[in-house]
Amino acid sequence: MNLDFTDAENAFRAEVRAFVREQLPQAIRDKVANGLHLARKEHLQWQRLLFERGCWNCPGWPKAFGGPGWSPVEQYIFEEECALGGAPRLVPFGSKMVAPVIMQFGSPWQQQRFLPKILAAEEWWCQGYSEPGAGSDLASLRTRAVKKGDRYVVNGQKTWNTLGQHADWIFCLVRTDPEAKAQRGISFLLIDMKSPGITVRPILTLDGAHEVNEIWFEDVAVPAENLVGEENKGWTCAKFLLGFERSNIAGIGIAKRELARLKKIAAAETKHGKPLIGDPLFAARVAEIEIELMALEITNLRVLSAEAENKAPGPEASILKVKGTELQQAISELVLQAVGPYALPFGGAAPGPAHAANRAAQYLNLRKLSIYGGSNEIQKNIVAQMILEL
Amino acid sequence: MDFSFTEELQQLEDTVRRFVAKDYTFERRRAILASAEGWSREAWQQIADLGLLALNVPEAHGGLGGGPVDTLVVMNALGPGLPLEPYLASAVAATALLRDCPAQAGLMEKMAAGERIAVIADAEPHGVATLCRAAGTDFLLDGRKCVVAHAATADLLIVSAHLGDDLALFLVPRDAPGLALDSYPTLDGTHASEVRLDGVRLPAAARLEADGDALERALHIGLAALCAEAVGIMKATLDTTVDYLRTRRQFGQPIGRLQALQHRAADMLMHYEQAKSMSYLAAMRCTAQDARERRRALAAAKVTVNRAARFIGQQAVQLHGGMGMTDELIVSHWFKRLTAIELACGDSDTHLQHFIEASAYV
Ligand SMILES: Cc1cc2nc3c(=O)[nH]c(=O)nc-3n(C[C@H](O)[C@H](O)[C@H](O)COP(=O)(O)OP(=O)(O)OC[C@H]3O[C@@H](n4cnc5c(N)ncnc54)[C@H](O)[C@@H]3O)c2cc1C
Repeated sequence: MNLDFTDAENAFRAEVRAFVREQLPQAIRDKVANGLHLARKEHLQWQRLLFERGCWNCPGWPKAFGGPGWSPVEQYIFEEECALGGAPRLVPFGSKMVAPVIMQFGSPWQQQRFLPKILAAEEWWCQGYSEPGAGSDLASLRTRAVKKGDRYVVNGQKTWNTLGQHADWIFCLVRTDPEAKAQRGISFLLIDMKSPGITVRPILTLDGAHEVNEIWFEDVAVPAENLVGEENKGWTCAKFLLGFERSNIAGIGIAKRELARLKKIAAAETKHGKPLIGDPLFAARVAEIEIELMALEITNLRVLSAEAENKAPGPEASILKVKGTELQQAISELVLQAVGPYALPFGGAAPGPAHAANRAAQYLNLRKLSIYGGSNEIQKNIVAQMILEL
Repeated sequence: MDFSFTEELQQLEDTVRRFVAKDYTFERRRAILASAEGWSREAWQQIADLGLLALNVPEAHGGLGGGPVDTLVVMNALGPGLPLEPYLASAVAATALLRDCPAQAGLMEKMAAGERIAVIADAEPHGVATLCRAAGTDFLLDGRKCVVAHAATADLLIVSAHLGDDLALFLVPRDAPGLALDSYPTLDGTHASEVRLDGVRLPAAARLEADGDALERALHIGLAALCAEAVGIMKATLDTTVDYLRTRRQFGQPIGRLQALQHRAADMLMHYEQAKSMSYLAAMRCTAQDARERRRALAAAKVTVNRAARFIGQQAVQLHGGMGMTDELIVSHWFKRLTAIELACGDSDTHLQHFIEASAYV
């Protein structure tokens, strides 16, 4: 029993920290600090800097595929240091989602065609799972793919597609056997976003941002070689994919960074002429969150070290997702409360202190955390059914 | 980073679990509870025979030289048995303090063998006000200690008192003239006492070498053990409740099929996991040299454990329905002990405040 990182892990942490401090462009750091959305080229700029440093943009990749070959704990440290240093969260769809699926189930051709371009941050991927009628109940999806010779013809609609407006490729769950029950007739298909018949329409969210889209498919022709794994076995890929991005699912680094920001704001704001952070009621609220975060950090490391001992990533990740997202949301609520009335100006106007700008939008945006990636209710179902076997 | 337990620790845990399952059953506990003393010397001797009382005694004094992680394992396993004997108070907290007192080696040997019981009597309603005066080479103690757990069971009380500017600690025999106990049962089935000290005369040798800092360290070690005990009880409570959800049927199905209850159980598990994590932190940091780091970690652990203890305890009763309200099921006894733990050694607000102070928010 030992809660300390090893010397080697601490040295690794220092290395990542130095890199982020020296290489993260200030413009990007500023945007992240203010909760602003990055442009496509800014995302790619950061990913390429990481790539050049040693493929750090693909932290979970094994050496065999050109990745850094980090242990789960090293990946965790990397993500934490990136977040603490003010770097944007890596867009997960390519490096953390579709790539492991291609590594595990993809053909040699798919591996050679797609993986190097993900690694070099040359192609942007997005995720096409959800549909208007298929959210939590994903297996009820209806987008159809019909095999015609050496291609599939795809028709249907995907929605809530994150940053699809930037994407070169989309990985989709499509129905290939309408007769089969639920999970069984689904296939995993890689589709070029430039294919004729694809229309991307923005969905504006409550914070005024364009982060998600709906995507329409009208007779989109997809080469059959873009099918990953076997036809009608796409659910296996989908489930496998859910096991990834575990090293960062709790978002500990982000929560720590935002908690530090909260404390800074609360030190600058005043109540009855004294720093807000000195107000016992407010300090207690902050402390409650900080304590929960301390606990979650250890819980996260416990899950990771079980994983490192080759126990497969299990449903414990659901606990990390629920608690981690609750904490990030709780911090954003307190930020709003700390800022007070100057959190109200919206849509660009910023008459209050600099730290007040955009906080409301950020609070609103973070409501998504408990909805996407398997809503927190679904996660609790998983905890109850898979861990507690109820 | 290593969350595994060595083989020795796993054996230690097995030993304690076997003791609880075989020799400290709910029925036996009930019988002990009904006895005049309210605790069992025989059980205490059994615990001694297993080597558990020697666990925290240094090897040089005939002990096993164990530390907080050994204690964590023992408390995890002992907790669900709800022992009425003063294991934590004597074999963990008081022993931790006496370890700092080389002159007390003989006493520790006796404690390791189960022949002496000592408990710390520190708490007072408004901080330590007990006073010590020198009278020749002797000391005279005057004051009052409140809700001292297991005081009536102990052979010796370790009493804190102001001596000039120092906080001094004294070893006071329970039958010392001038010392009076007013004892009563507490909600978890154990006993506590109001301790009155009226001119208790002690020889110079009764003063311990340990000081106020040593007392704080010992109390922190006890607090970490208390967290581990709570976590052990929470696990048992959670497992038993989940079992009940699987077997109790209403509306033609196990009640565990009802999503409202599934989510409640998931929340219980999350509280448990967070508390378990913090019990590890408490064990690892309760001996830290840096007092601020130690205080911060222990305060955070107690807040987390308290929240979890309350949620898990209350929900266990709730999800058992009427059965949860009965004295017959061990669940209600676990709930009562968890409630006692919540209030012992500082409630949530107290520790939240300690945490804020140690974290230097302003
Ligand atoms: C900002 C954002 C980005 C997203 N990005 C993507 C993306 O890139 N790609 C993609 O494919 N999808 C994406 N999603 C979609 C996301 O995965 C879905 O929103 C999510 O799965 C929930 O589905 P739904 O919105 O249809 O809600 P519903 O499934 O209709 O759920 C509505 C409510 O009912 C609850 N509920 C549903 N079923 C149960 C149940 N069995 N038990 C208890 N409660 C239940 C839910 O928790 C929720 O509170 C994104 C969503 C958001 C908000």
